[in-house]
Amino acid sequence: MTAQPVRFYQVGSFAVGNRLLPDDDRTVQSDPTRSNSLDSGHRACQGCGEALGARYAIDAAMRASQGQLVAVNATGCLEVFSTPYPETSWRIPWLHSVFGNAPAVATGVAAAMKVKGRSDVRVIGQAGDGGTVDIGFGCLSGMFERNDDVLFICYDNEAYMNTGVQRSGATPPAARTATTEAVGPEPGNTFGQGKDLPRLAMAHDIPYVATATVADLRDLEAKVERAMGQRGARYLHILVPCPLGWGSAPGDTIKVARLAKETGLFPVFEAENGTVTTVSPIRHRTPVEAYLSIQRRYAHLFGENPRPDIVARIQAIADRNIATYGLLVDDESDNHDPKDPEGVTA
Amino acid sequence: MLRQIEGSRAVAETVAHCRPEVVCAYPISPQTHIIEAVGAMVKAGTLSPCEFVNVESEFAAMSVAIGASAAGARSYTATSSQGLLFMIEAVYNAAGLGLPIVMTLANRAIGAPINIWNDHSDAMAVRDSGWVQLFAETNQEAADLHVQAFRLAEELSVPVMVCMDGFILTHAFEGLDVPEQSDVDAFLPPYEPRQVLDPDDPVSIGAMVGPEAFEEVRYLAHLRQLDALARIPTLAAEFSEAFGRQSGGLVSPYRTEDAETIVVALGSVLGTIKDAVDVRRDAGDRVGVVGITSFRPFPRDAVREALSGARRIVVVEKAFSIGFGGVLSTDVAMATHDADCSLRTVVAGLGGRAITRRSLEELLAAASRDELDTLTFLDLDHGIIERERARMTATRRSGPSAENILRDLGTVASRIG
Ligand SMILES: Cc1ncc(C[n+]2csc(CCOP(=O)(O)OP(=O)(O)O)c2C)c(N)n1
Ligand code: SF4
Ligand SMILES: [Mg+2]
Repeated sequence: MTAQPVRFYQVGSFAVGNRLLPDDDRTVQSDPTRSNSLDSGHRACQGCGEALGARYAIDAAMRASQGQLVAVNATGCLEVFSTPYPETSWRIPWLHSVFGNAPAVATGVAAAMKVKGRSDVRVIGQAGDGGTVDIGFGCLSGMFERNDDVLFICYDNEAYMNTGVQRSGATPPAARTATTEAVGPEPGNTFGQGKDLPRLAMAHDIPYVATATVADLRDLEAKVERAMGQRGARYLHILVPCPLGWGSAPGDTIKVARLAKETGLFPVFEAENGTVTTVSPIRHRTPVEAYLSIQRRYAHLFGENPRPDIVARIQAIADRNIATYGLLVDDESDNHDPKDPEGVTA
Repeated sequence: MLRQIEGSRAVAETVAHCRPEVVCAYPISPQTHIIEAVGAMVKAGTLSPCEFVNVESEFAAMSVAIGASAAGARSYTATSSQGLLFMIEAVYNAAGLGLPIVMTLANRAIGAPINIWNDHSDAMAVRDSGWVQLFAETNQEAADLHVQAFRLAEELSVPVMVCMDGFILTHAFEGLDVPEQSDVDAFLPPYEPRQVLDPDDPVSIGAMVGPEAFEEVRYLAHLRQLDALARIPTLAAEFSEAFGRQSGGLVSPYRTEDAETIVVALGSVLGTIKDAVDVRRDAGDRVGVVGITSFRPFPRDAVREALSGARRIVVVEKAFSIGFGGVLSTDVAMATHDADCSLRTVVAGLGGRAITRRSLEELLAAASRDELDTLTFLDLDHGIIERERARMTATRRSGPSAENILRDLGTVASRIG
């Protein structure tokens, strides 16, 4: 193609109106014939980021697989809100087994399709952060190590939401959950080392690893499409704000997700075969206060007895991410080849 | 064709003849030889098409089998003991979903203390999971039961566990007939799933079910087991017609006609019990034995019928419910509750302790004299127990019992007898 690519930016976001794009580049959701794989009528809370992320991800995967898709779901909010007996929101073949085994069940489906010569049928495993980074991690790591032909999607809302907002291995420092209450001298979750699943996935050298948020749904769809264009174990980690668990306004889900990225707290990138290939740069560098202060799970850091010391430690995490992934660039392009970020591609 | 062959090998070859499409493998003794042999056949291409998945745990093994089965593939795995417990959540799930997975359980004790030898604690731990549990008496039966298991599982959409005694059967070499490929093909039609993950006809499987319907779903699982109860004997009859030998069925009585004392047991110990019965018969005791092949579903009527003439029932069990007593005994008691006979439980062979013919002969003799306690532990060394109890009374920090006992015994290497 000789034509110069044109970029359309609206103020403050990467959103590009569909009408400005050629048909082929338009979003899956803008297509009236999209599959609506996770159909309306489910029981998610208002403003649920997980419902939004799943809807976009699965519809994009359906388009990429020409409708030949099977999804395996771990126990969690997505499973519960989508299949209240005797109804289901799923318009694709969908299987829920137990909480910690979705990656292995997905492997089984993929093995069955392979043995039956149905490699046109693609398999997605999906779980919340608890089902991915904690109880499902053994099965996930095994699936990665064998390079089974599964795209695994983690909908990360940073806690065990379905059981009432308890801490998971993906809960960030200082966040209040029902098992890390905002009391005592160190309120909220501890400052541990964290469990950075995208990097753990990369350490398995699988073909494709990416992170995304529900703030940039076009990017999310593109990553699903890229993942579906490959074979073997692939991993997509989507940040999905949970208004109920985070104490954010249901109308702020996109804003909260965008701020997670713009502060540097949630790096958005892609990696192939263990090496970071693209990062989504921060467009408007934002201090972490802007992100934290609109979520009640961090309310104990502000107000009458503010804890600027803790906020500073969280800012340090954001700064470290920015340096590690090279999230601040002068270049205006939205995807760029990063400098080799220290410690990420090693 | 009769061949001298290891039990595990015979089971592996039989399973291969059943054309499983997905096999999941995770090592644990005494099941390993089975899964190794199947793996080698897949690797060599003699079992094809088949996906052999080396998983990272038994939990994953059963989970992969669940996914594969739900996607319409004939799925198989094998495990033992700790492995079965490690996968237990998925074991229940497979049954709840009604997926016709077949699993070999090479029966082994459960730790602590860790012990790799045979007993039936593992099978009993999943007694209520909704799996059909068939117990093999011999290696021939172990092989044959697998052919029947796939057929039963797939006809009824229920998972089937073929239980065979670890080491005693799995590692024993005997002459037996591995069911031939052509015969198995004639007996076992391709798998036609009742529910399947199919993009052209999407269904949701595994939805949450609340109080409004859970009991009904569970009751349907019970009905499937009752259907199995009716189907197991007819399948065994069809099998015997096709293969020319008797294997499977619900119960297998031996010398029970006119017997006053009847022993009830599961698995390979039945062979030794039959020998003991022969000896006691020669001595004039009217004794017999009933083997239970189908432990779940439990054949209440067939058991009552087989035990109908007995004055005394002696249940010999390789497992027990700690704090109570017999597990199988409870079922037998339920089956014979209206019969005029006594029931005694004998716990024997735990952790691989040999159940000798001599001990059984003495047991039968004592039973015939009405000298058996309600609950007896066969060949229990009371001296060892008294020493450890004394140590525990003497000092608070008496230390770990298992290790104390080993020190008392001066055991350097385990012995079975
Ligand atoms: C083995 C097991 N342990 C615990 C639970 C209870 N449980 C069900 S869903 C859930 C939380 C799920 O959290 P996550 O995976 O993060 O998904 P979310 O609901 O947050 O989307 C828990 C703890 C369970 N169902 N099974
Ligand atoms: S609790 Fe959170 S994740 Fe669960 S449905 Fe509500 S908003 Fe969505
Ligand atoms: Mg969660």
